[in-house]
Amino acid sequence: MSSAEVRADHHPHSDPHHLGRIATGSGVHGPASKRIIVGYGFWIFLLSDIIMFSAIFATYAVLHGATAGGPTSQQLFDLKNVAIETGCLLISSFVCGLAMIAAQVRNALWTQIGLLVTGLFGAIFLALELHEFADMIAQGAGPQRSAFLSAFFTLVGCHGLHVSVGLLWLGTMMAQIWAKGFSPEIQRRLLCFSLFWHALDIIWVAVFTIVYLLGAGA
Amino acid sequence: MSSHEEEDTAPGDDHGTVMDGVRGYAIGLALATLLTATSFWVAASHSLWGPGIPIGLCVLAIAQMGIHLAFFLHITTGPDNTNNVLALAFGVLIVFLVMAGSLWIMANLNHMMPMPMDQMTNMQMQHG
Repeated sequence: MSSAEVRADHHPHSDPHHLGRIATGSGVHGPASKRIIVGYGFWIFLLSDIIMFSAIFATYAVLHGATAGGPTSQQLFDLKNVAIETGCLLISSFVCGLAMIAAQVRNALWTQIGLLVTGLFGAIFLALELHEFADMIAQGAGPQRSAFLSAFFTLVGCHGLHVSVGLLWLGTMMAQIWAKGFSPEIQRRLLCFSLFWHALDIIWVAVFTIVYLLGAGA
Repeated sequence: MSSHEEEDTAPGDDHGTVMDGVRGYAIGLALATLLTATSFWVAASHSLWGPGIPIGLCVLAIAQMGIHLAFFLHITTGPDNTNNVLALAFGVLIVFLVMAGSLWIMANLNHMMPMPMDQMTNMQMQHG
């Protein structure tokens, strides 16, 4: 495969029985294009990542009441801070989508601006989260205090770690676009990055609902 | 049949003009913001029936995840998305089993568990 993007040719008689739905896979059209295979593979990875998170969520839910006489979730969480974090991540996800549209039409300037804004809001989110962690540890509510706090720092910290890795990836993507332009492999990496970034936002929806909103109330 | 229906679509792929794309993301952002704001309002509000709040919050969260999947990750119900949807359905099944299974089993264990050992010995020492 010399040209990276081998797309299936259009056959006028590819649907001889008029099923309305054309067979895919390695049927009439041959194997799917590399972009689809890469995107699908990354989607499988993201789902496995979400399954890993579900185990950590289950651990947190089970240990939520195990405070060992230490501070409870009602005493610790500041919902205003969480609302700002949520807003940052949501805007970041939205701007990431806009950057992907700019990348599709190969507009380097707007892609870079979009990615920069995406990263900026991601960094604000991360700073707020680290500030919250530092505050809690200063209050004596660090991960060693109780099983509840261990589970809390594992879950929210794991999401924060994903965001940090995403920011590193975003930086390298900006450098690669700058150095190599919009070649097909850069486009595929951008697709994977945007999927990763949007998936992090989905996990954050579960975090702010299960950890913060349910934790602050009940 | 338009050309992009001829084969599968990668998750995240969006076919259309720039304006279509921007409109899609803007609708997604608006809906997600609305659901998030409702979630925070529900959690802070004292005017709602208390026991219903956790269920309401879960419903809002699941709705918002659906919005993100549809408008940001472009997972659709079209025939070009069958593979992506099937993988997602399997993922959701496993997530459900892990979460519900853990909570169910652990709640049962807590219920069945006799008093922890150290408390038991404390009590024996008090009695003896």
